[in-house]
Amino acid sequence: MMLTCKETTRLVSQGLDRELAFGERVALRVHLAICIGCRRTRRQMMFLRRAMRELVEIDLKAS
Amino acid sequence: MPPATDIRAQIEALRPYLLRFASLQLRDAAAAEDAVQEALLAALAGEASFAGRANLRTWLTGILKHKIVDAIRRQAREPLLPQESEDAPDDFDALFERNGHWSERPARWGNPDGALEQAQFFRALEACLERLPARTAQAFMLREHLGLETSEICKELEITPTHCWVMLYRARMTLRDCLQQTWFGK
Ligand SMILES: [Zn+2]
Repeated sequence: MMLTCKETTRLVSQGLDRELAFGERVALRVHLAICIGCRRTRRQMMFLRRAMRELVEIDLKAS
Repeated sequence: MPPATDIRAQIEALRPYLLRFASLQLRDAAAAEDAVQEALLAALAGEASFAGRANLRTWLTGILKHKIVDAIRRQAREPLLPQESEDAPDDFDALFERNGHWSERPARWGNPDGALEQAQFFRALEACLERLPARTAQAFMLREHLGLETSEICKELEITPTHCWVMLYRARMTLRDCLQQTWFGK
C-alpha cells in the first residue's frame, strides 16, 4: 500500500491517539523514509504535544 | 503530618495555577472559577487522603480534571456550542495536490524546542488555539491538555472515534499552519 502525503499526515496524527495496526505502521515508515514534508509534519505534531504540556506553566513563570 | 492550616495555605497558594489550568480547557472564566472551587472543596473535605502523597499540585490537578470533565458534561447538555459538520469539505485541499501529495512542502522549524523557553511563543500558541472552532478546540484540549484517551473524549462529547480522530487531525494541521505563519515563518 502506497500512502499519499494527505493519508500519511492523517495516520501520523492518529498515531498520537491510538495504536496503529501493523500494516499502517509499515506503510507509514515506508512513506516517511522518502518524504521530507511528512517527516517535518510528524516532528511538528510531536512538538505541538510538548508545547501543550508547557502551556499551563508559562503565565506563572512570567508573572 | 503538618497542621491542617499549613495544607490550607499551600492549597490556597496553588489557586492561580489551578485557575489557569481550568481556564485553558473551559474558555470561560466563571466556569473555570466554579470548577476550581468545587475541586478545592473536595480536596479540603478529603484532606486525609492527601497524607503521604508526594505532590500537592499533582493531587489537586487530578481532582480538578474530574471537575472540569463534569463541567463539560453539563455544557454538553446545553447546546451552547454549534455542532461542526462531520463531513465538512476538507479544509486542507489547498495544502495538497489532487494526487494527495504536498502542493507546498511544510517548512523546516529548525530547533523548535528553543521556542519553549520564550513566553512570546506561548502567546502565539494561545492565539492559534483561540482561532480553532469551539468543538475542535475542546476535543484537542481534552486530548493534549487534560491528557484524556480518545475513548473518554468520544464518550464525553458523544461522538464516534472516527469523528474524534478527524477533529484532532484538523486541530493539529490548523495549529501547525498557524504557528508556521505567526511564529516559525517569521
Ligand atoms: Zn509525504
